[in-house]
Amino acid sequence: MLIPGFSFGGFRLLPGIGYWGALVVSPFLVAFIGILVERVLIRPLYGRDPLYSLLLTFGLAFMIEDGTRFIWGAQSLPFQIPDWLAAPLSSEYFFLTGYRVFMMILVAAAVLGLFLILNYTRLGLRIRAGTLDLETVSVLGVNVRVLRNLNFGLGIYLAGLAGVLAVGMLGLQPNIGDNLIMPSFIAIIVGGLGSLPGTLVGGLLIGVASGVTSVYFPSASEAVIYVMMAAVLIVRPRGLLGEEGRF
Amino acid sequence: MPQPGKRAGDVVIWLLLLSAPYWMPAVGSYLELGSHIVVFALAAMALNFLLGYTGVLSFGHAAYFGLGAYGTALTIKYLFPSTPAGMLAGIVLGTAAAAVIGPMIVRLRGVYFAMCTIAFGQVFYFIGFQWSSLTGGDDGVSAWHRMPLDLGFTSIDILNNAKAFYYFVLAVFAICAAAMAFLLRSPFGRTLLAIRENERRARFLGIPVDWHIWTSWVISCFFVSVAGSLFALMNDFVDPRALRWDQSGTFVIMAVLGGMRSFWGPLIGSAIYLVLQDYISSHTENWMSFIGLFFVLIVLFFPRGVLGLVRRKVTS
Repeated sequence: MLIPGFSFGGFRLLPGIGYWGALVVSPFLVAFIGILVERVLIRPLYGRDPLYSLLLTFGLAFMIEDGTRFIWGAQSLPFQIPDWLAAPLSSEYFFLTGYRVFMMILVAAAVLGLFLILNYTRLGLRIRAGTLDLETVSVLGVNVRVLRNLNFGLGIYLAGLAGVLAVGMLGLQPNIGDNLIMPSFIAIIVGGLGSLPGTLVGGLLIGVASGVTSVYFPSASEAVIYVMMAAVLIVRPRGLLGEEGRF
Repeated sequence: MPQPGKRAGDVVIWLLLLSAPYWMPAVGSYLELGSHIVVFALAAMALNFLLGYTGVLSFGHAAYFGLGAYGTALTIKYLFPSTPAGMLAGIVLGTAAAAVIGPMIVRLRGVYFAMCTIAFGQVFYFIGFQWSSLTGGDDGVSAWHRMPLDLGFTSIDILNNAKAFYYFVLAVFAICAAAMAFLLRSPFGRTLLAIRENERRARFLGIPVDWHIWTSWVISCFFVSVAGSLFALMNDFVDPRALRWDQSGTFVIMAVLGGMRSFWGPLIGSAIYLVLQDYISSHTENWMSFIGLFFVLIVLFFPRGVLGLVRRKVTS
């Protein structure tokens, strides 16, 4: 189930009201929109060249970015995280705010949850099976349409969650999706498509690499993740933990 | 095996292109739009060489388009104020970059290939954006202009004469289109079609598939950097937006809109897209929403493109 996630970037930027409200509500809201989009727009494209779903989501990303600019303006909006989270934890490690710790805990919980869902629930089993051979899964009596729908919704939910968390750090502006989508792509490429631990490792690797580089060569912090991607592709085109023969 | 109908189509297209300076103002348009359409048609046809005839989707062609543009602009501005020298530099730059990136991505297929082309494309976007001492960063390379063509015995003023510039663009386009048609008709082109239709079978026949995809990729990027070079000359300006991934998306949608299984499809796609964009952006600031909507509508209702539809009507 490789639905290209172009519009994920766009989906992330729906603002909520109040930080906690946003944190809880907006991922569900975007997931709901995502499920609608899947049903109405993406479903007719299954079985066609993946080119078309890529183009469709690309067009949606255009519309969402421009739409948010139209509704909320091109300036970044103030987005307040609670004071006690914004304060640094200690004076020595001033960059380590409570928010970052909070973010890490939440991301760890989300990843753990996803891992548990994919590996220990019936839904997860079906999603993984569907990635390998959707036809057989469908023959076995699983409603593939609903399965894809849920899968898409789950993906968008996580994207929405990541979006809210990123907004707390980066501020809220219409083209925030742009800055997030490339690192996400590269995390997937480095880690290996279709592998959850791979993507996690990929994300951590490029995050740490870009963080360390920004200390020594600030201007290269963006470039280093692309260099890593090139290196991985030369040595191991399927990605670090990707399965062989899938692409 | 050129069918008579196809020949007639070729003739009509060339007649329309050649006479554009005379009928475009009459239908309430302007000639710069004509140059624009031809430049983007070349870019979309170059992409289609890869997408329609080799069956590989690149979503990062803007990088080589932009490199062609930057190479041209920087050469004319700093090194050598001559239009052909600038074009040569831009084309060499774009093609060389593609040749280096190629080996890293030719083993990938499908969406994975597309994602990697986007990501590598963004490398060049960031370079264009960050290296402001050379590229001017976000402001782009300005304060230069294309030079009149000096042929020794005479000089063609493509700078001030819009008609002369249009014919210059059209001449380059014609050479490139002829070269692409020739390549596609050669055994090499037939091999690409075989790979598109059934890669596994092509491999069993002993065709070095990765090598052919690399070659096709480099050829495609060569032509797209020619288009980029013309783009810089047309605007007398280039900025990082020429390198960005949404530019790549524009090329893809042009090819799809016109019909990606046909040689002239991308030209028709480019014409429709740019006329529409010109019309919408003069009426509303939110033209991006309409372009996005346009993408969605094409994908849902018009996936074969204009020429695909026409061809189906003719055969049925």
